[in-house]
Amino acid sequence: MTSPREGDPSGRAKEPRAGDRAPAERAFRVLAPLLVALFVLAGWEVVVRLRDIPPYILPAPSRIASELVRSWDVLGPSLLVTVRIAALALLAAVVSGAGLALLCSLSKWIELSLLPYAVTLQVTPIVSVAPLVLVYVDDPLAAVVFCAWIVAFFPILANTMSGLAAVDHNLRDLFELYGASRWQQLWLLRLPTALPYFLAGLRIAGGLALIGAVVAEYVAGTAGAGTGLAFRVLEAQYRLNIPRMFAGLFLLALTGIGIYCGTSLLSRLLLRNWHESARVRER
Amino acid sequence: MSGEAKTSPRFSETTDRHRQRGAELLRIEKVSKVFADGTVAVEGFDLSVARGEFVSLLGPSGCGKSTVLRLIAGLLRPTRGTVRFAQPLAPGDIGFVFQEPTLMPWATVADNVALPLRLCGFDGRRAGAAVAEALALVGLSSFARAYPHQLSGGMKMRVSLARALVTRPTLLLMDEPFAALDEITRLRLDDELARLWQAHGWTVLFVTHSVFESVYLSTRIVVMAARPGRPVAEIAVDAPRPREEDFRDSPLYGALCREVSAALHRAMASRGAET
Repeated sequence: MTSPREGDPSGRAKEPRAGDRAPAERAFRVLAPLLVALFVLAGWEVVVRLRDIPPYILPAPSRIASELVRSWDVLGPSLLVTVRIAALALLAAVVSGAGLALLCSLSKWIELSLLPYAVTLQVTPIVSVAPLVLVYVDDPLAAVVFCAWIVAFFPILANTMSGLAAVDHNLRDLFELYGASRWQQLWLLRLPTALPYFLAGLRIAGGLALIGAVVAEYVAGTAGAGTGLAFRVLEAQYRLNIPRMFAGLFLLALTGIGIYCGTSLLSRLLLRNWHESARVRER
Repeated sequence: MSGEAKTSPRFSETTDRHRQRGAELLRIEKVSKVFADGTVAVEGFDLSVARGEFVSLLGPSGCGKSTVLRLIAGLLRPTRGTVRFAQPLAPGDIGFVFQEPTLMPWATVADNVALPLRLCGFDGRRAGAAVAEALALVGLSSFARAYPHQLSGGMKMRVSLARALVTRPTLLLMDEPFAALDEITRLRLDDELARLWQAHGWTVLFVTHSVFESVYLSTRIVVMAARPGRPVAEIAVDAPRPREEDFRDSPLYGALCREVSAALHRAMASRGAET
């Protein structure tokens, strides 16, 4: 035990922080994957050129890059559409998932009567549900958002529910001892306890929202609607424009990475002071 | 509520010998607790605690010590019998220290200590002064803005103690508070608790399974037997105060420990005969 008298005079125990990480290690974290990418792309380029593989079989990375620039007028707006769909779906999933979890935690009856349907919604493959949604929802954008929401909603619901139920028993006793109201219990105890669980759900849901958006766009695309990235990839396939398919795929991957980084960053910012998952271990 | 205290005849002999004798604060009569699964945690428990006493409940694990504390705190309802206080209690009149620090990891030390005041509806400025005072008592003033994970086990326990003290409770309940700590830390916290109790004259009910700890701290020790949990012996610790480090080396301390130890062994033997 460190007695406060012997302790750090600044009043803080020494604690490693993300910012204290050795600069060498931080540089390595960025450089190592970049080197791998460079190596693979260079190999790819060399193989395509040496073997003289035609672009409709396998385009070289340089060809994909130039296609990306050339068709940016088409792909750029589509990227925005897809990002918007995923973001809207994620937002809807957060509101409905966390909200329903809260309702379930307040009333056993709500949980018992609604949870089976939430599970059903989750286990029914979205590919099979999407065409039906398109039949009944007139606005194609709304239909695609709806499909993406179905996929993204469940992890947030399930995780937030576990979080709300994971309250420390002694802390609950303590709140009871001091006569805490139901509202105080929720606001000061249950919600903070559930936060890390919710954020873990959010990270999963972020990726799923994009997947849901892409699947719905594929289905909607055949129905003649949609200008999202997924539809552009499909369209390029019909036209045997393989470089553009790769370019679209590249942008989709980038979107997914962006969502993941965004939700991870949010999680780290909210939990950095206290949760194990956001702290750096010193070795 | 029983108004003016009348000392229970059963305990009159020991309470009369107390230096710190005061009016009766709490009386437990014939309290039993049977849990839903049929376990009889406590049966026929009588106890009277006077103001300013430091009473230890000593017994083997599973003898219902913690259950007694929870019954007194109102966290459990007795199946039979009554728990009565000399005055009606408001939230904040009872402080509780758990075996684990039980801090909110998302809140700073100051916010953790302020929690009872916040739940009892104190306004911010008055709470701030009380929190600073409580932290000063346990020697953690400079750690007010730290988070629990930045503290050692002993420091977390001090925060937990500060939180229990912040409302200036009438009765402090401590459930094996230092049991999970290493021996060195534990001895130091025992020293500090003895010093604080000496200075402030709180009423403390302290659950422990350590003979040495109970003798060092208490004015009176209630030895409990298990299955069902019940008091089987009571020993007044009349050693002079203040007790400091050197008390642990004194012949009197050794003799008292032997006496309490023997009582504990008898308690455990009586349990063995039943099972």
